[in-house]
Amino acid sequence: MDDLPEKPDKSDKPEKSKPSSSSAGVSRRDFLKISGVSAAVPLVSHVSALALEDNPKVQGPGKVPVSLNVNGKKLNAQLEPRVTLLDALRDQFELTGAKRVCDRGTCGACTVLMDGKAVYACSVLAIDAQSAQITTVEGLGEPGHLHPIQQAFIDNDAQQCGFCTPGFVVATKAFLDQHPNPTPEQIKHGLGGNFCRCGTYAGMRAAVMQAAKTKGA
Amino acid sequence: MADDNTKYGWPAADQRTLIGKRISRVDGPEKVSGRAKYTYDVHRPGMLYGKVIRSPHAHAKVVSVDTSAAEKMPGVKGVYIIQDKGSEIHWAGDDVVVVAAIDEPTAADAARAIKVEYEPLPFFVDDFSEPKNVAESTGPLTQRDVGQMINDDVPDDQLLATVQKRGLAFKVSPELAKRLKDNEVSDEVIKALQAAPVKEPQPNNSPYKKETEQVKGDPDAGFKEAEVVSEGIYGCPVITHCCLESHGSIAEWTDNDHLFSHISTQNVSGLAGQYAQALKIPESNVHVHQDHIGGGFGSKFGIDRWGAYTAQVSKKAGGKPVRVMLERDAELEVAGCRPSAFAKVKVGAKKDGTLTAWRSESWGTGGPGGGGAPPMPYVVNIPNQRKQHTAIATNIGPARAWRAPNHPQGCLITMSAIEDCAARIGMDPLDLMLKNIALTAPPEDTYHRADTYRDELMIAADLIGWKKNWHPRGQSSGTTKRGLGLAIHTWGGRGHESNCALTIYPTGSVEIQMGTQDLGVGTRTAILIVAGDTLGLQLNQIELKIGDNQYPKSGGSGGSTTIGGVSSSTRRAAIDAREQLFAKVASALNAKPEDLEAVGGSIRVKSAPSHSLSWKDACARLGTQPIQALGKNPGPGDLISSGVGGAVMADVSVDTETGVVKMNKMVCVQDCGLVVSLKTAESQVYGAMIMSIATTLYEEKIMDKNLGTMLNPNMDFYRLAGIGDVGELVVHMMTGKGYDERGPIGLGEPPTVGPMAAIGNAVANAIGVRVPFLPITPDRVVNALNPKGGNNATV
Repeated sequence: MDDLPEKPDKSDKPEKSKPSSSSAGVSRRDFLKISGVSAAVPLVSHVSALALEDNPKVQGPGKVPVSLNVNGKKLNAQLEPRVTLLDALRDQFELTGAKRVCDRGTCGACTVLMDGKAVYACSVLAIDAQSAQITTVEGLGEPGHLHPIQQAFIDNDAQQCGFCTPGFVVATKAFLDQHPNPTPEQIKHGLGGNFCRCGTYAGMRAAVMQAAKTKGA
Repeated sequence: MADDNTKYGWPAADQRTLIGKRISRVDGPEKVSGRAKYTYDVHRPGMLYGKVIRSPHAHAKVVSVDTSAAEKMPGVKGVYIIQDKGSEIHWAGDDVVVVAAIDEPTAADAARAIKVEYEPLPFFVDDFSEPKNVAESTGPLTQRDVGQMINDDVPDDQLLATVQKRGLAFKVSPELAKRLKDNEVSDEVIKALQAAPVKEPQPNNSPYKKETEQVKGDPDAGFKEAEVVSEGIYGCPVITHCCLESHGSIAEWTDNDHLFSHISTQNVSGLAGQYAQALKIPESNVHVHQDHIGGGFGSKFGIDRWGAYTAQVSKKAGGKPVRVMLERDAELEVAGCRPSAFAKVKVGAKKDGTLTAWRSESWGTGGPGGGGAPPMPYVVNIPNQRKQHTAIATNIGPARAWRAPNHPQGCLITMSAIEDCAARIGMDPLDLMLKNIALTAPPEDTYHRADTYRDELMIAADLIGWKKNWHPRGQSSGTTKRGLGLAIHTWGGRGHESNCALTIYPTGSVEIQMGTQDLGVGTRTAILIVAGDTLGLQLNQIELKIGDNQYPKSGGSGGSTTIGGVSSSTRRAAIDAREQLFAKVASALNAKPEDLEAVGGSIRVKSAPSHSLSWKDACARLGTQPIQALGKNPGPGDLISSGVGGAVMADVSVDTETGVVKMNKMVCVQDCGLVVSLKTAESQVYGAMIMSIATTLYEEKIMDKNLGTMLNPNMDFYRLAGIGDVGELVVHMMTGKGYDERGPIGLGEPPTVGPMAAIGNAVANAIGVRVPFLPITPDRVVNALNPKGGNNATV
């Protein structure tokens, strides 16, 4: 039956109990698990890996010192505890590659890596991100020294307005780290946590495949 | 003219070095590395953050505004009341007060401290129910009414009779008369409009405004002649633009009456006048800048109310830069709205598929103004027609242009009705469309449009395997049913006014300045391709400066007019500059200027290519004086035209148990004259198809009928298509003889038109019944399959 939908690859389903080793980390469910208290304590407290301690320290309500490891550099600022990682990156450190679009963990435009894992920076508090190594799209490469994923996005014209592009590039990095030789079906699921409005998915699918090959070469 | 065409015309296919080639967009590296700066990313020194208090009511009077507590809060630098006591609010989310503070948390706290009291008023947000027992409007015609009739090609005698009967609610100014003339309205009609009695508009408390019935040919005879009459109901809801970069700006006063604005806009050169009007300062005191824009789709042509009040609150804060970017909920509530359109349609045809008659009663809303009728029947100009539209004024929010305004709605309704008619006859809709293809020729057919549609349909059929995969309606077996559907579409797309300043320096560097913008469609790349091809240079040898109103003026990017405008102004500038350079270096090459050519980074003698100077050496002969050329559109030579055709075919699978529609494949075959930048052009068509998949299957601005507010102002429930939702996509551009000689024609609108109808038709073909209204959600599919069972309230 050539007209039946393909069955999703079972091995690509998020692993429920091991957030640190699950797949791309960009599905909603994965995201909730790793984002800890900042997003949804009542829903995920039993699996939260990062934030729940026995005696959590009370921070704020005024500004507190925050220190982040971003792209291999230590960045310091005084921030209110309610400031998200995304707003800290963008407004304090002028790292504006990650974009604020939905601002509630849906669209993926703010995707950054925390310890190699893709997270929605709009839904992580800056104070919760202090122990992690954070990589933003700026840290992956720059014009003249682009990451193979970035080059693949250019070669396959996987962008138009480009506002979603940094999020997709970072999500692709996390995805390919987990799936070095992805199938088209895995790409659908692995990059399903990001949205593009201009409609550049045809180029993106080709870009992800190209990047996977480049890395293997 | 012939000489101008020879001088400025596009190079022949074998002479093109860059035009029409697949070239990566020039701003790609900036964008993929997060270095591209959008308005939302700009941080000005000492920048303040704005927060807006919005009306929770769909219709209300502002009774009181108390900002005293907020003004006293530390960190608050400015408060500006946008709509004070007595103002009437017409949609939920409308802007009432703005505060500017040192950071976002402080601004949010201040916003909470502002108290606004409202007196709620009755509101209306139902555009879905069919208007019943509505009397035809008899009051004087508004400018919009007349514009609608002109757009609809209402015959002159009918238009004049209506104007005579109802009078006008406006006076035809000389500017309007000129605009009408530019739009090819006949002198007789313009004269009659100028002479028509101007009457007071009648107060109309009903949300419904039923327009005059329009008749073409003899519809009664047409239906009599028909052997089959098919009836149906079709439509699509209000959707929003959902630009990923929301609307907004950073405004600052560089002195008491000079404004500097970074703003997310499709209209860099056109905003200074709008600011000037709103702020009562001279237009020349306004500086507008934008490097990149994160989506517009027709919704970002104005400074908007928020552009004006951002400047106002900056003034309150001593002129400091203030950023107000709309939050996602506001973006979806107030900053973008494509009008809805619904229609009951009857189509008459002979058994051989010949279409004889059309009847439609349509309705829809474009917000508080009501809105107009989409063009119907779309493209297929059925000889006998009777149609009537009822515009519904609602408190859903104001409409804005959305890629190809009105066309997708008209196309959906028309192509659905024709597909239903084909099914009723028992005919392959492709055969029916081909049978009636002569009806698709526009009144002034400059390039055999009907032949283009036929060719495109045949190519699309081949690419999707129509003959092999199409089955009569509902004949797919199993619970998952597969179906195919088609649609054809058109758009104008003649280039807008544009000015291109091109400078060649004695050092050999080349600079272009133009007050245009790149919406992500590849405008930068296209300008450089044209300049590079003309000067024999590579793209990276030319510096391009756009996105600032201090550069020569270029039109707003709307209606697919940018490529025609910027490509022709650039071509003219580059040809003129090249001519001046040839004149300077001819003697050094012992040749006449007209015997030279610029190829591969050198200036050489056509007949003896070894006699050449490198570009750098040639430019060195300029001495101290750079070459400057200003290319204009319109200008000498016939470089661009208007009017394109496209064909779309979709292949879907529908799970009849769950109602889920899955895209298998979609093909778009598109003409846009001479393709300048092939790679980005194809991307635009891919994008149009993907956007349309979301529109067809997911998108709807859902209004709460009890509260008058939008129920899904977020991206969880205002759903876009994801990478796994789009299936296989194929783009085929019509190029070569018959197309190239027409010059570049805009591409932003046309491919967004057909896909909705093609997908809807594919679903009907798969499951055997029509799902009348978009989005084609699982519940609607299940309801269409089980019309008598279950919860059927929504259809």
